[in-house]
Amino acid sequence: MSRWGLAALPLLLLAGLLGAFGLRLLDGADRALPSTLIDRPVPATALPSLRAGDAPLTDAEIKALAAQGPLLVNVFASWCVPCRAEHPFLMDLKREGVTLVGLNQRDKPENAKAFLAALGDPFARIGVDANGAASLEWGVYGVPETFVIDRAGKIRYRHVGAIDKDVLDKILRPLLKSLAS
Amino acid sequence: MLIELGHYALILASVLALLQAGFGLWGAERRDGFLMAFSGSAALAQTGGCLIAFFALMHAYITSDFSVQNVWQNSHVDKPLLYKISGVWGNHEGSMLLWITVMALFGAAVALAGSRMPATLRARVLGIQALISLGFYAFVLLTSNPFARLVQAPIEGRGLNPLLQDPGLAFHPPLLYLGYVGTSLTFSFALAALLERRVDPAWARWVRPWALVSWIFLTLGIALGSWWAYYELGWGGWWFWDPVENASLMPWLAATALLHSAIVVEKRDSLKRWTVLLAIITFAFSILGTFLVRSGVITSVHAFATDPERGAFILLLLALIVGGALTLYALRAGSLGGGGLFAPISREGALILNNVLLAVALVTVLLGTLYPMFLEAMGLGTVTVGTPYYKATFVPLLIPLVLVMAAGPLIPWKRADAFSILMRLRVAAVLALAAAGAAYAWAEGGPLLAPIGIFCGCWLIFGAATDLVDRVRGPNPWARWRGLPRSALGAVIAHAGLGMSILGMSGDLWQQESIRALSPGQSMPLAGFELTLEKVEPVQGPNFIAERATVVIRRNGEIIGTATPSRRKFTRPPMTTSETAIRTNGLRDLYLALGDRDGQTGAYALRVYYNPLVPLIWGGAMVMALGGGISLADRRLRLGVAQRIAAPKRAPAPKHAGASV
Repeated sequence: MSRWGLAALPLLLLAGLLGAFGLRLLDGADRALPSTLIDRPVPATALPSLRAGDAPLTDAEIKALAAQGPLLVNVFASWCVPCRAEHPFLMDLKREGVTLVGLNQRDKPENAKAFLAALGDPFARIGVDANGAASLEWGVYGVPETFVIDRAGKIRYRHVGAIDKDVLDKILRPLLKSLAS
Repeated sequence: MLIELGHYALILASVLALLQAGFGLWGAERRDGFLMAFSGSAALAQTGGCLIAFFALMHAYITSDFSVQNVWQNSHVDKPLLYKISGVWGNHEGSMLLWITVMALFGAAVALAGSRMPATLRARVLGIQALISLGFYAFVLLTSNPFARLVQAPIEGRGLNPLLQDPGLAFHPPLLYLGYVGTSLTFSFALAALLERRVDPAWARWVRPWALVSWIFLTLGIALGSWWAYYELGWGGWWFWDPVENASLMPWLAATALLHSAIVVEKRDSLKRWTVLLAIITFAFSILGTFLVRSGVITSVHAFATDPERGAFILLLLALIVGGALTLYALRAGSLGGGGLFAPISREGALILNNVLLAVALVTVLLGTLYPMFLEAMGLGTVTVGTPYYKATFVPLLIPLVLVMAAGPLIPWKRADAFSILMRLRVAAVLALAAAGAAYAWAEGGPLLAPIGIFCGCWLIFGAATDLVDRVRGPNPWARWRGLPRSALGAVIAHAGLGMSILGMSGDLWQQESIRALSPGQSMPLAGFELTLEKVEPVQGPNFIAERATVVIRRNGEIIGTATPSRRKFTRPPMTTSETAIRTNGLRDLYLALGDRDGQTGAYALRVYYNPLVPLIWGGAMVMALGGGISLADRRLRLGVAQRIAAPKRAPAPKHAGASV
């Protein structure tokens, strides 16, 4: 490569990088990822419970819980840093009387227990998805991820990434309210 | 009123920056001494304006003036004074104001300290520094005004994120900013050199102190951030390869490479194009760090002000500043002239190897940080890149880097003999091997990487010691010690500091962890210690309520101390933070974190880590910064000498700058 070409290489790399960032920012207006599971019933699930002595967590049980009022299924792990950031919001929801079901993905049970012991435990039931197989059924991209289940046991909304105040106020609370009535 | 004054001062400062840029660059082009001198004065005045603006905002925070939107959003009457002050930069608008202020301060430092520099170089540096500032002024004044008022002043503010209410975090952002923004100055030096078409040893001598200053601040800032994560997040870990942590690591790696390549420019008048490129990309990574934190492009705990609009603005700045710089580089780099051939075994050869390895390490971190984003952009799904990736890529690069690093300072310039250098290091090698073996035996196994790390750390420390001993050995060691250049001493100390940090990181691999639910009076064992939960009591803090546990630590039945981990419940905003208790003796930490109370049994979850050698991570970083400081002292002396030898000096601003080139 010529001397000039070599000197221009960093510029070309920068252009590529900026292009990628730009695309990402532009499409970032709607970061909600589509899910093929929207408006479908909760997928078949059978997971051991994180709490010793509890019965396994099944899709039938999630549907039974949802029948009493809309609920959230939250995929979390103790090693996931954004989960930590969204955790206070889950605690808020629990305080407001929302039922939460946890899917603990690819985690050591003792770490997950410590995580919940340190930050508070918002979950009514927690299934252990040790190898991520159930997350695959649910179409989970990464942790954290949250699904809203309506009273008929159907997935109505899916949020990828950490819940923040905006998501909570503008999407989740209104949706839960409308599903409850 | 003061707030409006601050806003006005900031606008005035932006106009001064425009004059500084225009007069500096134009004056240097025309070699007009008056215009160039004016640029220096404008730099000082601009700094004055920034400081007035910054302190006006700080005053609003201290007096809890909630009629200012920014204060209302991020402060609270009950907050302790320290956190009212740190609240100034604990948010997007205020931190950008700090960024601008620090940029102006660095410009003023060049205006004051650079009076011995060639006048055109100085004017161009000041001009480019102000040109970059202008972009950030536009950003703050147009999109993120910290001085916006609320029409009706609320009586109470919304508070600061409790995780950020911590002494470590009060000083982490300003230190990191001093480092980030300091690299803007080396960037300005690089562009000024391209405009001058001249990169020579003198240029390298001018730029190196500033590179060192920003490197020192980056080192301290990163160390403080990692320390905060260690004791505040309550996980017992100290580095999580979070995108935002990486964003601060990348400029550090680039700055470290720049420090070393500038030595080659200075001593061998070579490696110029590469050094200029490094100076450009170091600042590019600093802006990239800012962009990643604020744009929401990447999910992270640090993403406290994510906003696509702001992200777009920073992206535009990145494109203009770095794109412009790289365009100039593409046009001019060819005319800088290359260097001669290097012998592979020579000081410059070792420094080039250092640069190659650091550059590759930088690329691995960059890939790991951006790969998930690219994959998602191409619709290939979302992944997270975690510690295993970095363990498989970054660590194997670090090991050869460290192996060569101990030998580097011992290798003479131009040509050397590998065998004789290895012979000089034989004592260090034997001692390091023995230390690694002893540590492995003492820990009774564990991951193999741990003793390898111990060997690397000791190899660096003993290698640095060998260098020092060799330098002062002779008939009159005291005289040789006094004659030792500060830069050489600084390098020895900084290298040993990295060795210390590596020892700490290796020790962390032997971490032991235990979690138990304890009722008051019960005990748990860990690593030969016995920890008894004495009591848990409520404590009222200034803006939180805490549950504080008292844990007695015994070893062989004897009490060696107590620890009081606690959990703080904040009401505004509602959040619980864990205050870990760390009992350290400098060589190991006992790390306690208190969990929730079990409603049925009344027992508290207590999580305890035994972290051997971990305190050395931050101790080593301090030593590295100290070495940088000592090296800096040498430069100042040398510049003083250069002044005495240098050509006649008249007024601080020579009439015709061309004369002093």
